[in-house]
Amino acid sequence: MKTIYLDHAATTAVDGTVLKEMLPYFSRRFGNASTLYTLGHESREAVERARKQIAKLINAEPNEIFFTSGGTESDNTALKGAFLANAGKKHIITTKIEHPAILQTCKWIEKQGGRVTYLHVDANGIVNPQSVANAIGEDTLLVSIMHANNEIGTIQPIEEIARICREKKVMFHTDAVQTFGKIPIDVKKMNIDMLSASSHKIYGPKGTGILFKRNKIWIDALMHGGGQERGLRSGTENVAGIVGFGKAAEIAMQKMKSEGEREKKLRDKIINGLLKIPKSRLNGHPTKRLPGNVNISFEGIEGESMVLMLNEKGICSSTGSACSTGSLEPSHVLLAIGMTHEQAHGSLRLTLGRETSAKDVGYVLKAVPEIVDKLRSMSATWRE
Amino acid sequence: MEKIEYSKKVMQHFLHPKHFGEIKDADAVGEAGNIKCGDIMHLYIKVADGKISDAKFKTLGCAAAIASSDVMCELVIGKTIEKASKVTNKDIVDYLGVLPTLKLHCSVLGMETLHDALKKLRK
Repeated sequence: MKTIYLDHAATTAVDGTVLKEMLPYFSRRFGNASTLYTLGHESREAVERARKQIAKLINAEPNEIFFTSGGTESDNTALKGAFLANAGKKHIITTKIEHPAILQTCKWIEKQGGRVTYLHVDANGIVNPQSVANAIGEDTLLVSIMHANNEIGTIQPIEEIARICREKKVMFHTDAVQTFGKIPIDVKKMNIDMLSASSHKIYGPKGTGILFKRNKIWIDALMHGGGQERGLRSGTENVAGIVGFGKAAEIAMQKMKSEGEREKKLRDKIINGLLKIPKSRLNGHPTKRLPGNVNISFEGIEGESMVLMLNEKGICSSTGSACSTGSLEPSHVLLAIGMTHEQAHGSLRLTLGRETSAKDVGYVLKAVPEIVDKLRSMSATWRE
Repeated sequence: MEKIEYSKKVMQHFLHPKHFGEIKDADAVGEAGNIKCGDIMHLYIKVADGKISDAKFKTLGCAAAIASSDVMCELVIGKTIEKASKVTNKDIVDYLGVLPTLKLHCSVLGMETLHDALKKLRK
């Protein structure tokens, strides 16, 4: 049975060209980038080349890019690093729908004596920039708002929010893990001070990410040691991973426009097709939405059952139901946009990518209604 | 976060349940669960000659909840009411072999639905 992978928001397969670029750095070019001989220089050059490739994608300067182990580390570094370096200011503003890498870091900061405001979002998952302005006070250190949500795909008005922050002299960080390489980002034009991104969401290897940090922003390091990454992130560079991330960023930049348009068409085809199912609803904003994100709730059924039945048909998907997360609470994002527990339990997320074809979409549009029908026929709450 | 992985037997009862549906002239209908947790079970039973002659379920829930419902029906069909009232969630789990720890409450839900049905039967 063919696998139809529709969970690109979770991770992606490494692109063939990317893998080819990486391979020499596991063996022949294994040198430590901090050494003086040619073998080491080659690694250093490869790391710096990747830094430029990544900087170009977001219009940053190469020396504003710091390599990390991934999105989670970048988020931790941005928030904890800012908190630790600025003893006088204790207040952080974020939203209720952030990724756990932000929310759990905020919980930790609260334990260290920090104060965190978790802003509400509207029914489409959008943060009102005015609510950010209203929440900023004397001791506000940082505002951290994700560029696009990983579950419902809603894209935030971060340019407007960042402008408010710049005017009020408050740092602005964005978790751009879901948007980096997918939709345009210009850190200069958008007044972004810090940005987190990850390699494995854009067909690069896992275990590599970046924190973009504007040169005028000061934060503390979390890793101390040999002083790599200009002291912000000690530890021998993951050269092969970094090379892969650089190449993946370069390819993403070339493909962004055409691939984004292609995925958007397929996305809307799935959304329109699935919304024909009675008692279904789209979660997230209809247009201010990631090109590859579909998130739909079906009344009367539970998400885990749907995901497992889709798996039987070779389709990889995900859900915001509690039953799949290892807790009894459904997705905090779906609850934050005002959905009932029942609606949240019945949610299905499909995230498209480069290898998703029109044929796959046709298969999905046949498989999902069948499964919804089957589960509804078994359901205690469903009445025709 | 605990990993949720189902045994073949759970998947079999989830994907191919034998006893789902309604019994129009059921002698009792048991209900348990709540919509907030995302699990609701209905059990229809039919009694003939002091024995449960048929049982069917309708369940809103995850794979473990659906498999537990199906097994519960399997376990009570043919039993006297007296014997059926002694069926516990442990019997459901034993029949399935194993359930992930986080899903044990699904088997409890099965037992509660059954006990609710039997209580209504006695009235």
